[in-house]
Amino acid sequence: MALLKYESQVRPALVEGNKDYHQVTEDICRPVEARPSMLWWIGFIISVLCLAFGIFSVTREVMYGTGQWNLNKTVGWGWDITNFVWWVGIGHAGTLISAILLLFRQGWRTGVNRAAEAMTIFAVMCAGQFPIFHMGRVWNAFFTLPYPNTRGPLWVNFNSPLLWDVFAISTYFTVSLLFWYSGLLPDLATLRDRAKEKWRKHFYGVAAFGWTGSTKHWQRHEALSLVLAGLSTPLVLSVHTIVSFDFATSVIPGWHTTIFPPYFVAGAIFSGFAMVQTLLLVTRKVLHLEEYITLEHIEVMNKVIVLTGSIVGIAYLTELFMAWYSHVEYEWFAFRYNRLDLSSPYGWSYYLMMGCNVLSPQIFWFRKMRRSILVTFFMSILVNIGMWFERFVIIVTSIYRDYLPSSWSPYYSPTIWEVGFYIGTFGLFFTCFFLFAKFFPVIAIAEIKHILKKSGENYKEKMDVVEKESIEHFAGAHAH
Amino acid sequence: MAVQKFVVACFDEEKTLFTAVKQVRKTGYKIHDVFTPMPIHGLDEAMGLRDTSLHTAGFIYAIAGTTTAFSFITWALTYDWPMDIGGKPFFSLPAWIPIMFELTVLFSAVGMVLTFCYLCQMAPFVKKDHFHLRATDDLFVMAIECTEKTDESEVSDFLSAIGAVEVTTQYKETGWWIGRYDKETTIFGKPVEPVVAQS
Repeated sequence: MALLKYESQVRPALVEGNKDYHQVTEDICRPVEARPSMLWWIGFIISVLCLAFGIFSVTREVMYGTGQWNLNKTVGWGWDITNFVWWVGIGHAGTLISAILLLFRQGWRTGVNRAAEAMTIFAVMCAGQFPIFHMGRVWNAFFTLPYPNTRGPLWVNFNSPLLWDVFAISTYFTVSLLFWYSGLLPDLATLRDRAKEKWRKHFYGVAAFGWTGSTKHWQRHEALSLVLAGLSTPLVLSVHTIVSFDFATSVIPGWHTTIFPPYFVAGAIFSGFAMVQTLLLVTRKVLHLEEYITLEHIEVMNKVIVLTGSIVGIAYLTELFMAWYSHVEYEWFAFRYNRLDLSSPYGWSYYLMMGCNVLSPQIFWFRKMRRSILVTFFMSILVNIGMWFERFVIIVTSIYRDYLPSSWSPYYSPTIWEVGFYIGTFGLFFTCFFLFAKFFPVIAIAEIKHILKKSGENYKEKMDVVEKESIEHFAGAHAH
Repeated sequence: MAVQKFVVACFDEEKTLFTAVKQVRKTGYKIHDVFTPMPIHGLDEAMGLRDTSLHTAGFIYAIAGTTTAFSFITWALTYDWPMDIGGKPFFSLPAWIPIMFELTVLFSAVGMVLTFCYLCQMAPFVKKDHFHLRATDDLFVMAIECTEKTDESEVSDFLSAIGAVEVTTQYKETGWWIGRYDKETTIFGKPVEPVVAQS
């Protein structure tokens, strides 16, 4: 079997600098083994403070009920469900990178998949809080599970999209966690075998499950990763599809559309990639991992952002067109007067959404912009603001005006405790991410080693010699 | 658990590893295992390992998940407590597809990971003997089992000749036990039998 060892020079290197296997281990383990920097402590403390404020806000809500929030008669879903959909959406990019790109054999995923998967798990953890606390009597949250109970037993309604959500989100969380952790095992073993301190040996010894790196184990590990990727791919599409069913199966104007599933999935990947950019731009800088998370990675992700942003844009225009073309007067009213009309109470949010999600990502058609760290960082924040407003527009502008003008609700704006809850999930997310970046390798060490001799900069140079050969000889000597 | 004698050879290049595996097998020595820091495609084939059936297990778990969801929902909504919702049929299969799908994925994923851990004998607090600490860093470590007839110096020379960068003889336990990596080897609190050289 002749192995094509190096990738063509035409493809840019995925690992920069002069690396061998040991150097890769050193570079990625360094932040884990070193003492946390000042920057880490500052970030971590701010996150914990946000989390504390969130816990305080939620405690008030649990003690006094959802009356602590400004939800009213028609706006029964406000910031809470907006935040829920927003966080779930963010999670989707991690699965896209780790699963779908694995199936598509995209080598560049190796640099970013570990952090992106971690982001998925933390984002889903944050998302789950909102529907749970929205229930009001949170101590009864287990009523959503089909367990044999003394009320009949009265089963949960399996026909309801809200119950599908329970199953979808919990499955998504479990599968993402398993996928992430099974991928981590070899890297935890690396940390265990390098450990000098006793606690570290013990901690990583327990965490690595006794991984040895045996060939048979690797063979099974590869099979496991591939099948989990194959399972996660339809799963991730199903999760946001089901989230969109929460809206699409109802008869509320602005929600009752068949375009919702693909539109939500594209939006989810869009916002998720923006969050991956935000996190990784900071991570690579703070942990000095610029040689592994290269400009190349950032550019590729920006391409995904402009693609999904444009899909979302087309979806916005399609639903607008269909609202007019369908001649359903309620549907058209929701679009014409609740959204398009800038002078209506929430008209501004529609234009903010359009500006952030559809217009601004178009800047990434320019290579220079895609490769600019400053522009990327700014855009990633902008996209996430835009995607938050997308969910806000969908939810609030559809329900603050009912079919009957007499039951139109007063202007809905959140209370400090609603905002506090949202801030708290940011605290949870970043606390988890900071801990992850400190105690776990943020880049998949084994996977980087796997592509190193194909895509590493110092190995690619050797491809130069091979590429100068005649085509006949090249095909004969290097084809698979 | 049996303590066995191994000749352990370390390689630092995939290329030499592949030829070494081939040579060792041709000569007739028994490879206990090769430990690598990352997956090396084709190595399992070169070592003559059979393909894993983990996929098949995953498929069976998946079917079990679909069946569980379908049969349970059918039972609950058509037999145990049928609910008349606007005259719609009790057996409303299209509405059950999302949950059937989710349970398919859930059963398959959880089942496969558990099977993986079982097959590889992996769990928290499981401890195994390692032949070389750099096997998870940058070395490919090949362990060759020795029997009474094995002339270990001959094996060592042979391994060095085919490109091993480091060759040692080690007594190791091949199984696993409950232990901690920061403590000396213990099996349920008892110290392991001191290793005695076997003739």
